[in-house]
This record gives sequence, C-alpha cells and structure tokens, in this order.
Amino acid sequence: MIEFVTFYLIPGLVLGSIYALAAAGVSLVYGVMRFAHFAHGDLMTWGAYAALVAVGVLGVSPWLAIPVAVLATIPVALAADRAFYAPLRRSAPAVLLISSFGVALMIRALVYLIWGPTPESYARGFTPPLFLGEIRIQQRHLFILGGALAAALAVHLLLSHSRAGRAMRAMADDPDLARVTGVPVAGVIRLTWAVSAGLAAIAGVFLAIDTELTPLLGFNVLLAAFAAAILGGIGRPWGAALGGLILGLAEELSSYPWIGTAPLLDPSYKTAVAFAVLILVLIFRPQGLFKGMG
Amino acid sequence: MVTAPRRGGGAMSLLEVREVVGGYGEADILQGVSFQVAPAEILVIIGPNGAGKSTAMKAVAGLVRVRQGAIRFDGAEITNRPAEEMVGRGLAYVPQERNVFPSLTVEENLRMGAYVRPEASAEGLERAYATFPDLKTRRRALAGSLSGGQRQMLAVGRALMLAPKLIMLDEPTAGLSPKFCALIFERVQAIAAAGIAVLMVEQNARPALAIADRGLVLAQGRNRFEDRGPAVAANPEIGRMFLGA
Repeated sequence: MIEFVTFYLIPGLVLGSIYALAAAGVSLVYGVMRFAHFAHGDLMTWGAYAALVAVGVLGVSPWLAIPVAVLATIPVALAADRAFYAPLRRSAPAVLLISSFGVALMIRALVYLIWGPTPESYARGFTPPLFLGEIRIQQRHLFILGGALAAALAVHLLLSHSRAGRAMRAMADDPDLARVTGVPVAGVIRLTWAVSAGLAAIAGVFLAIDTELTPLLGFNVLLAAFAAAILGGIGRPWGAALGGLILGLAEELSSYPWIGTAPLLDPSYKTAVAFAVLILVLIFRPQGLFKGMG
Repeated sequence: MVTAPRRGGGAMSLLEVREVVGGYGEADILQGVSFQVAPAEILVIIGPNGAGKSTAMKAVAGLVRVRQGAIRFDGAEITNRPAEEMVGRGLAYVPQERNVFPSLTVEENLRMGAYVRPEASAEGLERAYATFPDLKTRRRALAGSLSGGQRQMLAVGRALMLAPKLIMLDEPTAGLSPKFCALIFERVQAIAAAGIAVLMVEQNARPALAIADRGLVLAQGRNRFEDRGPAVAANPEIGRMFLGA
C-alpha cells in the first residue's frame, strides 16, 4: 500500500497535473479559435528553457523563475498569432493546424539553435524527501501538485467570475453571437493566448523540474495533452484538466503489479497508454466525458 | 411588378438602408435592397426563402459584407463597420438560430447583453426580468437547457439589456407553439410602445403584419412591395404570391 502510494499514485498525480495544465491550455485555444494548436508542446519547451536562463542569470530557484518563463512565453504565442494564425483566421481548421505545426518546428529550431541538443537541468541540489507518516513524497512533487492546483484555481476564477472570462466562454460557444453582443474579438483572442501560453510555460517548467530539459520536452507530451483534452471534451478547460489527471494516473498505474508480481504493463510502454485512451475515447465516447464542441 | 409609393422621410428615419448589394463570399444575395425604419416603429420584412431577408439584417448588423450602397443608423454611417460596434450604438440584433450562449447561465447570457457597458447590468437585468418573469425563476439554469420559447425570450431579453434604439429580430417565432408566438408578438408591441424601433423578419407573416406599422416584401434580393403592415396582408396579389392566401 505504502509502496503503491509512493511509487505509483503520487507520480501519477504529478504527471497528471502537468498534463492537466497543458491540456487546459490546448482546450482554451481550441474553444476560442477552433483549431488544435500543435505548437503548444514547443511553447512548453520554450518556457522551460526561459526558466533555465533565469536560473542561470538571476541565480534563483526554478520555482521563482516561473514568472519569467510565463512572461517569456506569452510574447512568442502572441507573435505567432499575429504573424501566422491571424491572417488564416477564416481558413479551415486543418489549415491552422498545419500552420501551427510549422510554428512548432520554428520554435523547436530556435531552441536547438540557442541551447543545443544536449539535455540540461536546473542543477538543483539533493533535497531530502518529506515523510507524511510512512508515505514518502519528494518536495518538488508537493510543489508541482500545489502549483498546478493554484494555476487551475486561477484559471477557474478567471473563466467563471470575471467579465473577460465570460467573454472567452461566450466566444467558445458562438463567435458571431459574441461579436453581436459587443465582445472585442481580437482582445479576447489575445487574452486566450496569454492564458494558454502561461499555462504552457508553467507546465513546461514543472515537467523540466521533474525530468530534464531537452528540446523535445514539450513535444513529447503533446499527444498526451491532446488525448486529455479530447477525453475531457474538447474546448472544455475543466474537462481537459480532469482528462489530464486521469491520463497521468493511467500511465503510472498501468505499470503497477495489479496481477501477480510483474508490472501489468512494462514501464517502457507507458507512453502508449495515452494512445490507447485516445483510441478508446474516440470509439466509445467521441464527445468526451463532458460534451465537447463540434 | 407590384409597386407602391415609398414612405418615410430621410431626416426622420433611425435606420436607413440604401441600395445595398452584398452577400457571403462571391455571391451577392442582396441585389439592391432599400428600406427605412423610423424611431419606435415596427417594420416587418417578409418574402420567400432565399429572398435575402436575413441577409439584409446581417448586413445591418455588420456580419455580411456590403459591396455597394450605404447603411446609416442614428445619423452615422455604419456600412461595413465591425459587428461588435453596433450594440454600443444602440443597435441590437437577435439572430434566428443559435441566439443564446448554451454553456452560460441565463443570467450570464443577459449580462453578455450589457458587455460594452457593465455598469448598466443591474438596471438591464431588472428590466429583462420584469419583461420576462420566467427568466428570473430560471436565472441559474444553463441557457442550453431552456425550451425553444424560453430561449427566444432570453435572446430578446439580452438584446434589450442596454435599452437599444432599434432591435432586429430574425424570425423570433420560428418553431414556437402558437401560445409562445402570441406572447412574442405581444412583447414586440410592448417594446415598440416603449419607444424602441423593431425590425423583424417573419415567416409567420399574417400575425406579424397585423402588428406592423409597415411591411416590406423582398424577393430575389430586391424590394418588391412596401406599404402599411395590414395593407400588405390585405393586398390580394401579395397574398397570392407570398402569403399562401
């Protein structure tokens, strides 16, 4: 039991909350702009490397570098929108998806150019794990769980209790009707990018703290983020966050020795769980857990 | 060709649509539509499917591109101005379908009607709930869970939030039971009596013309006939051609 919580449940929750942040960002963009933003993973990578610079230059811990990562990632998303997505706003969703694939490659190439292909880390010293009774938890895991919860709460408050958030939800429901009621569409789109890129940066830093920095850091979890967003009902940020949590848990718990003493699924197949969940959802509940938008 | 003298003076009109040509993409659905709406007046537009009734309304709302002609509202040129500007000018529009935000609550929908002037929300909510008491009892319900009639009331309530000068209603009774139709027409009269001009497109032509100050018949993107509302309904030729008399 203790072993289950320490080695499977907690890592599952940690991975799940990172997926949740990434998926919520993907889902927000899909809701307001109606396209699958392929460059979201690379925005995560960008944010993680921006934090690396802050850690190096300012000498702060990666946690304190998160605001820098957020501030460095938002302009990238806004610039990509201005240069590539805005001129295609009235095009078919597939056109925007392909152009976001191009943006993803550009961001990744820039990361390779600046920081090179060698994996890096925030070079933290050894921090002893905390003990809650007999359960052992890494401090960084506690911070990631707390940070993800705080970010999710902030997004929830924005969406449900602010005028700007109401406008974002109205745009997601019906962009033309939102314009008719006087919503400044361009402003809402910029706000959506800011929130989505901010979430991507936070998720990227968390992921890099938990693993290491590589130019493929974010791209490697992009599929999981999309799967989580679809699982939760695409365009529904809360559903996406829940989908992320479920997916993270599913990946980690899939290698627990549920039957006998061997892992149920060899840990090297873990990442295939996202594919499996995605396929099952598309077959049995294509609208997601919470009815997504068309 | 049926003709009648054009009515309404230029200086007095609140909305003036002059020789408008336009539509979606390449095809021009509107081939030169003209009409005027005076303050507190009810103008009903009727005509066969594809005549351009809804398109004419969308052109005024800023949702359809106008290639030729001009639209003036309340003394200002609004041709091809962005749709999000109109509500601030006092021009409210209720589309035919998808005219509420389904994942927002009733009250959130109404607040969206006052988006450009949030400080007027409280007053607007009070007015909307006074006009449609049903909405108050369901104010925390999601708009997507409402019946067709309730949705229509919500959409009209939202459009009235900022006390507009003109409200445009695109087939407000489409798909509603006779009971709700009568209620909607009664409210439309009350809206006009309160000093708000009404521009309404209706398939349910006879009862709509009965409450209209003036009626306009559109066909193939052009003006076909215009007269006082009841006179349009009483015209035997119009009746035979457009009202299924």
